[in-house]
Amino acid sequence: MAGEKTNRINLREKDYEGAPSTMCRGCGHDAISASVIRAFFESSIDPRKVVKLSGIGCSSKTPAYFLSQSFGFNAVHGRMSAVATGANLANHSLIPIGVSGDGDTAAIGLGNFCHMMRRNVNITYIVENNGVYGLTKGQFSATADKGSVMKGGKVNDIPALDICELAIILGATYVARSFSGDRKQLAPLIQGALAHKGSAILDVISPCVTFNNHEGSTKSMKYVKEHLDPIHDVDFIPPYENIEVDYKEGTDQQVELHDGSRILLHKLGKSYDPTSRMQAMQAIHAAVAEGKFLTGLIYYDPNRPDFAEEMNLCETPLAELGQDILQPPAEMLDQINAELMK
Amino acid sequence: METPAINDLSISIATENGTGSASANNIIFKAIFKMGIPCSSKNLFPSNIQGLPTWYQIRASAEGYMARKDVIDVMVAFNPATAAKDVHRVRDGGLILYDEPIPVANLKRDGVQYVGVPADQLIQKIVPASPLRIKQRNMIYVGALACLFGIDMETIKAVLQDTFGKKPAVIESNLICIEAGFNHVKENGVSQNIARLVAIPNGNKGKIITEGNTACALGAIYGGASFVSWYPITPSSSLAEAIEYYMPRLRKKDGKATYAIVQAEDEIAAASMLAGAGWAGARAMTSTSGPGLSLMNESIGLAYFAEVPCVFFFIQRGGPSTGLPTRTQQADIQLMYYASHGDTRHIILIPHDMKSCFDLARRSFDFAERFQTPVFVMTDLDLGMNLWSSEPLKLEKAPFDRGKLLTAEQLEQWEKQGKRFRRYFDYDGDAVPYRTIPGNPHRKAAYFTRGSGHDSDARYSEDEKDYQETLDRLRKKFETARKYVPKPIIEMQDGVKTGVICFGSSYEPVREARDRLKASGLKTNHLLLRALPLTEESREFLSAHDVVYLVEQNRDGQMASIFKDEWPELGAKIVSILIYDGLPVTTLEVVRQIRQHQNGDMKEVAEWQEKRRTASI
Repeated sequence: MAGEKTNRINLREKDYEGAPSTMCRGCGHDAISASVIRAFFESSIDPRKVVKLSGIGCSSKTPAYFLSQSFGFNAVHGRMSAVATGANLANHSLIPIGVSGDGDTAAIGLGNFCHMMRRNVNITYIVENNGVYGLTKGQFSATADKGSVMKGGKVNDIPALDICELAIILGATYVARSFSGDRKQLAPLIQGALAHKGSAILDVISPCVTFNNHEGSTKSMKYVKEHLDPIHDVDFIPPYENIEVDYKEGTDQQVELHDGSRILLHKLGKSYDPTSRMQAMQAIHAAVAEGKFLTGLIYYDPNRPDFAEEMNLCETPLAELGQDILQPPAEMLDQINAELMK
Repeated sequence: METPAINDLSISIATENGTGSASANNIIFKAIFKMGIPCSSKNLFPSNIQGLPTWYQIRASAEGYMARKDVIDVMVAFNPATAAKDVHRVRDGGLILYDEPIPVANLKRDGVQYVGVPADQLIQKIVPASPLRIKQRNMIYVGALACLFGIDMETIKAVLQDTFGKKPAVIESNLICIEAGFNHVKENGVSQNIARLVAIPNGNKGKIITEGNTACALGAIYGGASFVSWYPITPSSSLAEAIEYYMPRLRKKDGKATYAIVQAEDEIAAASMLAGAGWAGARAMTSTSGPGLSLMNESIGLAYFAEVPCVFFFIQRGGPSTGLPTRTQQADIQLMYYASHGDTRHIILIPHDMKSCFDLARRSFDFAERFQTPVFVMTDLDLGMNLWSSEPLKLEKAPFDRGKLLTAEQLEQWEKQGKRFRRYFDYDGDAVPYRTIPGNPHRKAAYFTRGSGHDSDARYSEDEKDYQETLDRLRKKFETARKYVPKPIIEMQDGVKTGVICFGSSYEPVREARDRLKASGLKTNHLLLRALPLTEESREFLSAHDVVYLVEQNRDGQMASIFKDEWPELGAKIVSILIYDGLPVTTLEVVRQIRQHQNGDMKEVAEWQEKRRTASI
């Protein structure tokens, strides 16, 4: 449309859209997809440089609903972390975004998820967390809170697994929590994750309107909204913008990201240092004890190199190397043959 | 008194695992090799680090036969725990070289020559008390064997130099022990009449000694493998480790790696990483074995259905379950061929020696990319982990076949021609679609890959027509592959009506068995299978013979089932020769089973069992 706002690479926000969603009406996942679209648009990222990855489940279907100009890979249940690891090493010049659910990530895929973070694979990994299996119609997942009630009345008596706590322990270098309905907070957190090189884990509480939105559920829309506990307001400042504009000495904190962009954290209560692992763990535990959802940029480690860098990969992506580079000279084989004669 | 055989000798060395006997055994084998005598070795080892019994079998064969010989001329009894049994493994008239601490009372066996060496006593004099003493005491039997059978001491010194080149002190200390064993035998005036090893000038000139896993690793590197994800599992670990060993030397550019190797957290992750890397355009591979393949099945189905190129090096071991992890089998053929749920069939390349390990490993990536599908390179522990002498590995100059991979420029051309890119559309009638990889900057390049139902445009679809079309095209693609896979190697003589089919590590024993059968009047033709799917040549081979013996190392005749499934009308001609005790196939076993069938009764078997200990092939 003429006059419609475009970004620095001359794309409109709608150029970042995908196929029509097949989620239930009102599903939190669609709101997250909208935030993803907003984040890519605002950060002026070329969709052709992006790869979208997912596992299996409602959430894992959503990469089809944004960035239709990007390559996507909807893999098998629980294996997105590993598929992304392979894809990232094959072509480290691409920007990977993964979308998964709490079952996909915290149950069947937990092992692979842990090891992806241990390696600090470069990825923006969004967990659309609703504490319930949607596609199989309403079973508890590993992030269902203890005491939460299932639609049929069954009570969950096993403690929940906390995605953010796990991520910090296992070596993820950008850990945030947000709420699907809070685009103002979520979109800049996604922008920050995209600018970060390393495992950026976003645990996004995304109520399931069909199977987990009833009285007694601790992941219902109503319950979540009443128990949100934001640490700070979040602004994303791209590298080309002047930081002085919004920065308020004393109440604001800025986090520098790998590509020169920054995240501005506007203090809401107590001061909070997201680069302190200890403080992050304490804050998570304190919020859990109060039954609250701590949101914001919970932890950030700017110093750890990502997996591709750790592997000392050449600059050209492995996928783009030709036979001249990939096939060693025949003389080297003669040398090896000579060694094998001994 | 028999006349000693020249360069025809089989030695079995019984030791305890973890005592350093591997070095001693290696020195004997390499010394015989260096003398120019055709020889092979088989390591029969336990799944254990220390304490369990292990055997190492060396065969010197003037005629150049490499198969394991189950008639043992010499037993080195250096493991008290198995000595009482080991002495019965030797043929009548054979020799038992034993560690003198083993009480002679345990060595109850007549008709053999006993030679004792007091290893402890000898070693105490020359090696100070230390953990090294346990390891170096094995060098005593190296020296004793050298003296008894004529292994040249200068050659042994050369092998020590090759093995421990940078550590003169180690060479010296081992040599002292070897000399002690040598001198003990010499001073006691012991001699034997079984065999003499006589150097053959230039006998093994130009030949290499390697393992299938190393040959496959080098083949993969020369084939351009750029992504390797793997999980440690015997007997495949040494393949990935050989890649780790050679890659830094062969594939660095300006100090940077042109490859990524990931030791994954499990085989599920290894296979999933592979799918991700293959999809993103790397030449991606893994290596695994039985239980690993069981775990990889889901991602193999994903790669098959989403049409992602990737290569699985599969080194078979004894199953089911943990089975015999350090023994050899060919019992996962069907697990590979039909891997994953739903209707699936996969391309399998089957090397049979070191050169074909290298060649097929190199070409496996071409097949994977040409057909955009998982490809298996199937070997087994015998090929993969035993030392084989071979002609040097040779690089055939051929351009990589990246298959129907579209660049941005090609897409631009397509667009100018009014041709639209549809990921899973069969443009050429061969059922192989065109592919783009992420990072392709053309605005029409991207598509959405999924393991769920999809249409020709890679859109999600549960439509029954789309689904069945996809399944049918994949089957048709497999038929296209049938025309491309390596053809069998056939040895045919007119008028011969008996055929033998084998593949992989059965090749050597079958080659020898055919010579033996021929010598006793049964001529056979031969087909060496090198790939699945089966090709027309195999059908013609079945047609041309009255009876075809199909030799394979499993209980259920898994390859025979695949033949019978392809050509049920010819199935009745197949007689399965099944060897599945977990040990490398012996010539004698192949001969025995074929003769048994030829004789039409079991008499031969009974006789054979009676003669087993004394028979000479």
